[in-house]
Amino acid sequence: MRSMLYVSISAIAVVAAAASQAGTVKYYGDFDPAPLAAMQEVIADFEAANPGITVEFQNFDHEGYKTSIRNFLTAEPPDLANWYAGNRMAPFVNSGQFMDVSDVWEENGLKEALASALPSMTIDGKQWGVPYTYYQWGIYYNKEAYDQVGAKVPETWDEFIANCALFQEAGIDCVTTGTKALWPGAGIFDYMNLRTNGYDFHMALANGEVPWTDDRVKATFAEWAKLVEPGYITANHAALDWQDAAALLVQGKAANYVMGNFAVAVFKDGGMTDDTLGFMAFPTINPDVPRAEDAPTDTVHIPSGATNVEDAKKFLAYLASPEAQTKINAAMGQLPINKDASVNQDDPFIAAGFELLSTTPGGIAQFFDRDAPAEMAKIGMEGFQQFMVQPDQLDNILERLEKARGRIYK
Amino acid sequence: MRGAGMSGPARPVPLGNEPPEGIVSEQRRAARMSLANTETQRRTWWRENQQRLTPYIFLIPGVLFFLVYVIIPIFESFWLSGFDWDGLGEKQWIGFANYQELFDDDAFYTSLKNNVLWLVLYMFAVPAGLGIAIFLNQKVRLIRAYKSLFFFPFVISQVVVGLIFAWFYAPNFGLFYLLLEWATGSGIAVLADPDLVTYGIIAAGLWPQIAYCMILYLTGLNAVDPEQIEAARLDAAKGFKMLWYVILPQLRPATFMAVVVTVIGALRSFDLVSIMTDGGPFGSSRVLSFYMYEQALSEYGYRMGYGAAIAVILFLIMMVFISGFIWKMVDDERRGL
Repeated sequence: MRSMLYVSISAIAVVAAAASQAGTVKYYGDFDPAPLAAMQEVIADFEAANPGITVEFQNFDHEGYKTSIRNFLTAEPPDLANWYAGNRMAPFVNSGQFMDVSDVWEENGLKEALASALPSMTIDGKQWGVPYTYYQWGIYYNKEAYDQVGAKVPETWDEFIANCALFQEAGIDCVTTGTKALWPGAGIFDYMNLRTNGYDFHMALANGEVPWTDDRVKATFAEWAKLVEPGYITANHAALDWQDAAALLVQGKAANYVMGNFAVAVFKDGGMTDDTLGFMAFPTINPDVPRAEDAPTDTVHIPSGATNVEDAKKFLAYLASPEAQTKINAAMGQLPINKDASVNQDDPFIAAGFELLSTTPGGIAQFFDRDAPAEMAKIGMEGFQQFMVQPDQLDNILERLEKARGRIYK
Repeated sequence: MRGAGMSGPARPVPLGNEPPEGIVSEQRRAARMSLANTETQRRTWWRENQQRLTPYIFLIPGVLFFLVYVIIPIFESFWLSGFDWDGLGEKQWIGFANYQELFDDDAFYTSLKNNVLWLVLYMFAVPAGLGIAIFLNQKVRLIRAYKSLFFFPFVISQVVVGLIFAWFYAPNFGLFYLLLEWATGSGIAVLADPDLVTYGIIAAGLWPQIAYCMILYLTGLNAVDPEQIEAARLDAAKGFKMLWYVILPQLRPATFMAVVVTVIGALRSFDLVSIMTDGGPFGSSRVLSFYMYEQALSEYGYRMGYGAAIAVILFLIMMVFISGFIWKMVDDERRGL
């Protein structure tokens, strides 16, 4: 009698579990409010197109998500999880936490449609997730500051440096940045190195294949020193958050800011408009290297412990579609990766970014802290910050990075 | 504690409506005695040892938690510091390689140097707290309100203290920066200057720490014997001599507590570093606890073994102080102080 009760209870439990499982996809993500609303719309569309499947979405804040993902992937994995492309996903791929989704790419022709992100989603010849958004980096500038000193928007690095002298005379910081959180400095380094040595060298450096004491790296820093040594970069940037530096650009105390497109919202909140805020690609330093850009990509993955893999893959395929990518990126103010998706041409920064990235001949890097392994990224970004404060310490900095390289890439 | 209600071995066990003792046959009597004996024995083992055992029983939960959350993790840290592990994949035994690397790591020496700076400069909180406590130890109107104002920084969270001071030092709009600019013509962004940043953070840390020491001394001053002061007055003691020879000796317990909490506070300094600079600029304001967190748990870290090695070093440094304090406490107790 007792054992029968036992059996029937466990049977009910199994049935209940199966019922909640069939057609339910658990999805963990970290969205800001506007993208969250867009993602919920995408989810609703997906559910409408696939009756019987429901997506249970749970939102985390960004920083909390970064710490909790390591726990939930091993302890209680969802069926879908947000993360980032490039080397940033390597620890999870190498430890077997993310599932190989090459079949989703193959069956839906994504290698064509998402071609620009294919290299950054590929490890060991397989794809480990689906990208849904990226954004351009470049130089945002204050048009009024340019008018004030009579400078022209530069095409080349020499013109850019020449402008800096004009800005300095007028008491305006030529380049502003806030490196308290370190990463904004890495944006400047990425462009210095991409423009001086090109994409392949930059990626080789990020992958630890080139010593930091290499002459080509020194050439990059020599170009950078043209900004640092005359004091063209905002003083005290090490104590500023990136938003503090954005305020300097808004107030006209600074002319240029090497930043990602997400900063546009901050500039506009500060009162800038399409008439006063400009965007340009980072100027050419070495005309012999093809132009390459930074465009960090956000992605969705299936954890290896997922219980409803079949439906999760359906969702990934849907998320890769032009309709879904158009919708979510319109809300995020970012760029879709699917080449058939459309962007809002009324937003000059989005339009410029789309143009910039879709015509990039050199290649698209993720960003220093996603291309290089986390440890190297940290030590590297500290070095960049120090270089911008103490340029005379360059040799010590590069030696320190080289020592770290010897240890990290074993 | 052994009251009348308790049954000693000599006391017969009542057995319902039995006839009086004399009538009972010898046999039954003997049987009953042996029964009573085992019963009383069982009951008395517990009763006899109850007093001895109770403290240990009450200690069990505390000891258990202390073991699980403090003692065992300490040994786990020692164990973990011999591995190369990212927290997800396979652990790889590398022996003392983490320590070898640590002793060849500039960032470690920066953190160590900063920890020493913290320890030394944080001690200023003890005399400063004493000074304010003496200053506030008077009977005027609203003195309680003044006291609570001075105590205020200790009540607010360290995170808030860090934010307040970060704004205070902030270039371009911070009060301190503007004040310096007004006085000297050029402001100094303390938190962006690798040579000044640690001093800036310690100053922020002193603000609540002084308040803490002050409150310890204020309670201590309440216990100072007024008769001794009067006697000292009659002997013409005043000013510094009064403080040094009459008041301070009576404040010994307060001083001891103030030194202990300040040393521990200096070694655990983490929140302020994390909030105000995140260890920057380029790592010059790191302390050991922050470096450990950065290596083991932060966004760019996940070197569990290396972090554990730093934790072990920090533990050994703390152990020096902790053993000193414990030795002093035991010594005081023995001498009946």
